Amino acid sequence: MNLKPLFEPKTIAVIGVSLTNNLHPANVIYSKNYLRYPVTVFPVNPRGGTLQGERVFVNISEIPERVDLAVIAARADYVPGILSDCIQAGAGGAVVVSGGFAESGRQDLQDQIVAIAREAGFPFVGPNCLGIYSPAHMDTFFLPSERMVRPDPGNVALVSQSGGILVDQMIKFAEEGVGLSRAVSIGNKALINELDFLNYFAQDTETKVIAFYVEGFGKRQGRDFVLAASLCPKPVVILKAGKSPGGSRAVSSHTASMAGDYETFSTIISQHAVVEAKNEFELVSFCESLSCYQQPIEGKIGIVTGSGGHGALAVDVCSAHGLSVPTLSEHAQTEIRKNLSSSVQAIASVANPIDLTGSAIDNDFVFATSYLSRRKEIDCIVVLLLPYLPGITSDLGARLSQVYQQEHTPLIAYVPHVEKYGMLVEGFELSRIPVSPSIEGAVLMAEALRRNKPC
Amino acid sequence: MLTTEVRDIISASKERGWVLEPEAKRLCSLTGLTVPRFTWATGVDEAVQFAGKIGYPVVAKVISPQVLHKSDVGGVVVDIDSDEKLREAFHRFSHITGFAGMLVEEMVSGIELIAGAKIDYQFGPVILLGVGGTGVEIYRDVTMRMAPLKPEDATSMVRALKAHQLLEGYRGSEPISMSELTRTMVAFSDLVMDLEELIESIDLNPIMCSSNKCVVADARIMLATEKVQHAAGIPG
Repeated sequence: MNLKPLFEPKTIAVIGVSLTNNLHPANVIYSKNYLRYPVTVFPVNPRGGTLQGERVFVNISEIPERVDLAVIAARADYVPGILSDCIQAGAGGAVVVSGGFAESGRQDLQDQIVAIAREAGFPFVGPNCLGIYSPAHMDTFFLPSERMVRPDPGNVALVSQSGGILVDQMIKFAEEGVGLSRAVSIGNKALINELDFLNYFAQDTETKVIAFYVEGFGKRQGRDFVLAASLCPKPVVILKAGKSPGGSRAVSSHTASMAGDYETFSTIISQHAVVEAKNEFELVSFCESLSCYQQPIEGKIGIVTGSGGHGALAVDVCSAHGLSVPTLSEHAQTEIRKNLSSSVQAIASVANPIDLTGSAIDNDFVFATSYLSRRKEIDCIVVLLLPYLPGITSDLGARLSQVYQQEHTPLIAYVPHVEKYGMLVEGFELSRIPVSPSIEGAVLMAEALRRNKPC
Repeated sequence: MLTTEVRDIISASKERGWVLEPEAKRLCSLTGLTVPRFTWATGVDEAVQFAGKIGYPVVAKVISPQVLHKSDVGGVVVDIDSDEKLREAFHRFSHITGFAGMLVEEMVSGIELIAGAKIDYQFGPVILLGVGGTGVEIYRDVTMRMAPLKPEDATSMVRALKAHQLLEGYRGSEPISMSELTRTMVAFSDLVMDLEELIESIDLNPIMCSSNKCVVADARIMLATEKVQHAAGIPG
């Protein structure tokens, strides 16, 4: 099935618009696409009439142009008929926003629409979903535009079983400056599921990282998913809900008790190079660092800091996650010290973490970072920046980014995220260097790069 | 491919929902797993005679369709070294609910491991390997892979255990036979793939692993519900 019309339609039919209630989901979807996206939108309602001065079509078949995408927000009982009409009219695909299917006991109705679509090879997302957010193309979320927080266009595709979580994650992505290529709420995933989107985004040139919020895979679908993910050249990240054992089901074997649903999930996906985010915070951090660096690392971390305490905390997080912080050779230490500014030469610690102290200046950070970038025993550098130190300027973000451009050793920065330090943060982010607002987050970003391989 | 004999063992256990230990052991041995020499003795003389044949010490376990957890009802005696003790065990077991005989088998030694299988809803057949014995759920030192296993999976599974040093020879002790463990795990995984539609989970616990063999000392096979089995074409 060709999913492209779902993401890049030129013509959209919104089926089920209300002639009287402008807050109806279909009306919100119609309006936002009509007003704000470069698409042609046609409202459909069997009663006809006009909406915002435009003709309402009584059926999709009456629309004079070929419809790329039909957005269906009518009552569940009408959906099978509408889907058949869409297929008849040659539409490219559909998003079924309507609820009232398997989630509310109407598995029969859901099976019916799947059968209709499958027979015709007609792709649809949902039912019971928000559908698709495709920046600069269109979106089918029934949320008024002015209420949504939209991350910058970027290279992370986010697929979610829950629409609410998806919209919430978009806020967090926007806050942390992580860009999205696409976002999809898949709802009941009756026809198109995680695996289909994994395969689609693996080919999508705008996407470099594929992230999922999963409540549970369908029967045996986890197996197919991980086998495909292990062949996918792009990093795959999953946040799983439902980690606690469900109910008090009597378990009569040790294996059934120890290989619980979540334990199995977590173990199997990591063996197939899928990066598991344990919570929302990790999801955003992992997506940010993987959107910058898609190559896995072994996890040999070099730490550059302006404070011993920051370095010590970072080492703790590294060791808790199985990342090593190799001590540099005597020779390397001497060379580093020799090149530091006179104010810190005598007082800096240079074994790794490299603690440049509160008297450090920009040049000290730049030298230490580029030196570590060239060491074989280091494959990722975490720079802990304290912007309030008198010798540090707001140019440092951009200067350190240049070190990465020259050396290509992944670089991750910690900078406290307050407005005052925004320029420093932007210096990194504009050059696609990930920045975390916490020390732990910065180390987790490195951890994501390590986990981006079978482990 | 499942042999008729294996299918018969499963069919005969359907109603109970699990396979009696001697039958489970026979099933294991039919598929190439090593089990201790054993007999299902329904009379005490039969038990004594078998022990005489294989030599003491032996292990005695109660066989009862109503007892899934034998240790919990005092239904296991190890290290029996005389006819007298064996008769005593038989006598005591005969009072356990549903008594259907006594399993007598040779004592095997080694490091206790657990190999398990579970048919996971999302991932299908999954194989578990871990530190075995009665304390499995206390230590929880286990790892999992999707079946079918390749020989190299057995090696990587051992490495994933916290106790891997114990298995690889720790402080002068002999390492377990990795080739035997690999053979056991791959044969087990093949069995699980064949039984996928029929089982819910399997515990081979303990498997006694030493420097030259891995012996399945106990096996618990929990069957899938009637409905699933029916779909797999097992006659009622």
